[in-house]
Amino acid sequence: MLDELRQTCRRLLKDGTVQAVIGYGRPSPDDRVVPVFLTKPEEADRLAWDDQCFANLTKYLSRKEVLTLGKRAVCVKGCDERALLVLEKESQIDRSQIVVIGLACDGVGQPRLAKCSSCDVHAPRRADIVIGRATMPDDVATAAGRYAEIEEFLTKTPEERMAYWKKELSRCIKCYACRQVCPMCYCRQCIVDKNRPVSISTSATLKGNFAWQIARAFHLTGRCVGCDECTRACPAGIDLRLLNLSLAKAAEETLGFRAGIDPDKEPIIGTYSQQDHEEFIQ
Amino acid sequence: MNDFQPKIIAYVCNWCTYLGADLAGTNRLEYPANVRIVRLPCTGRIDFNLIVKAFERGADAVLVSGCHPGDCHYTAGNYHARRRWILFRELLETLGIDTRRVHFSWISAAEGKKWQQMITGITEQTRELGPYTAYREICQEC
Repeated sequence: MLDELRQTCRRLLKDGTVQAVIGYGRPSPDDRVVPVFLTKPEEADRLAWDDQCFANLTKYLSRKEVLTLGKRAVCVKGCDERALLVLEKESQIDRSQIVVIGLACDGVGQPRLAKCSSCDVHAPRRADIVIGRATMPDDVATAAGRYAEIEEFLTKTPEERMAYWKKELSRCIKCYACRQVCPMCYCRQCIVDKNRPVSISTSATLKGNFAWQIARAFHLTGRCVGCDECTRACPAGIDLRLLNLSLAKAAEETLGFRAGIDPDKEPIIGTYSQQDHEEFIQ
Repeated sequence: MNDFQPKIIAYVCNWCTYLGADLAGTNRLEYPANVRIVRLPCTGRIDFNLIVKAFERGADAVLVSGCHPGDCHYTAGNYHARRRWILFRELLETLGIDTRRVHFSWISAAEGKKWQQMITGITEQTRELGPYTAYREICQEC
């Protein structure tokens, strides 16, 4: 599969289909996997592919430095590919300027990441080129499986939940790694960087950390594709996945929507239906 | 007798609920003075950060109120808002923030009576619940 990936990228760069390839690579065999940006066909051997390829590379597509490279090819796993659909819907990428290389994936990490156990997109569906074949079936994943963690969390009392987040968020150092790594956080100026007026306290205190995580999670409503990069990037090990999951669950249960799955569905925020339920409104 | 006086922040839309509250005033309808009204152009403008901010600053309950569906001055602001609240409430649940203290209502410019009942009801309920210290404590530990 790796040979096929390298060959494909070499060909794309050689015949000028793309000017740059965004993929996974290892600086040396013992290093961890990092994103690599290839511009010459002979560099294709730097590409890597194994179960340590965590990053969601769609994040780099709209970076200024990457945009100047010209037409780009990007390597995506099935879960990362969902981000492409959301970005396209939000007019953040021009799909005609991007060649999507889909990598069939049976899960990443040792042990497997939490998101992989309920994955139903092992093989990318909308990629231009799909490399490899996934051996894991897609159809066994259920909504119950996807939201098992948050369902379990919600069995706690509100006081216990508050205590949990107080403990977790007290470790947050406001490094904003969760934002930097998120493919959906593309605002030129983030709300936390606005200082006239300051709507979210910028200090890394519980007050600021709660306000920031509420804002971050809610700005991802119906947009988060569950790549879990925020959780992986967090240096304090906060399980941000739970917050994203709670909103994903609400979106699927109440509005029948999952981000980045169905190209025919419009984003849920920014649109509305007169039939939206309102039993909580007096 | 519980003499706790709750602080209630009401984010209301300029075109319906604010006028409803105004009507309650001109009709001399009495309701508790525990409510602080913040007037915004439309419920669609009411950012979730405002709800968080109210609790940070010591509110015991928050009311968000605007035009009935179909009556929005800007055609659809309240529909957009409704959809956001559906989802935002789930996030509040996950964080363990007391959703009994976040109220939503539709009150038209003609419903002075409903405004009076709403504020009376929320004040009584919040008085029963007591001060909302859980979120305030978070903010004081800074």
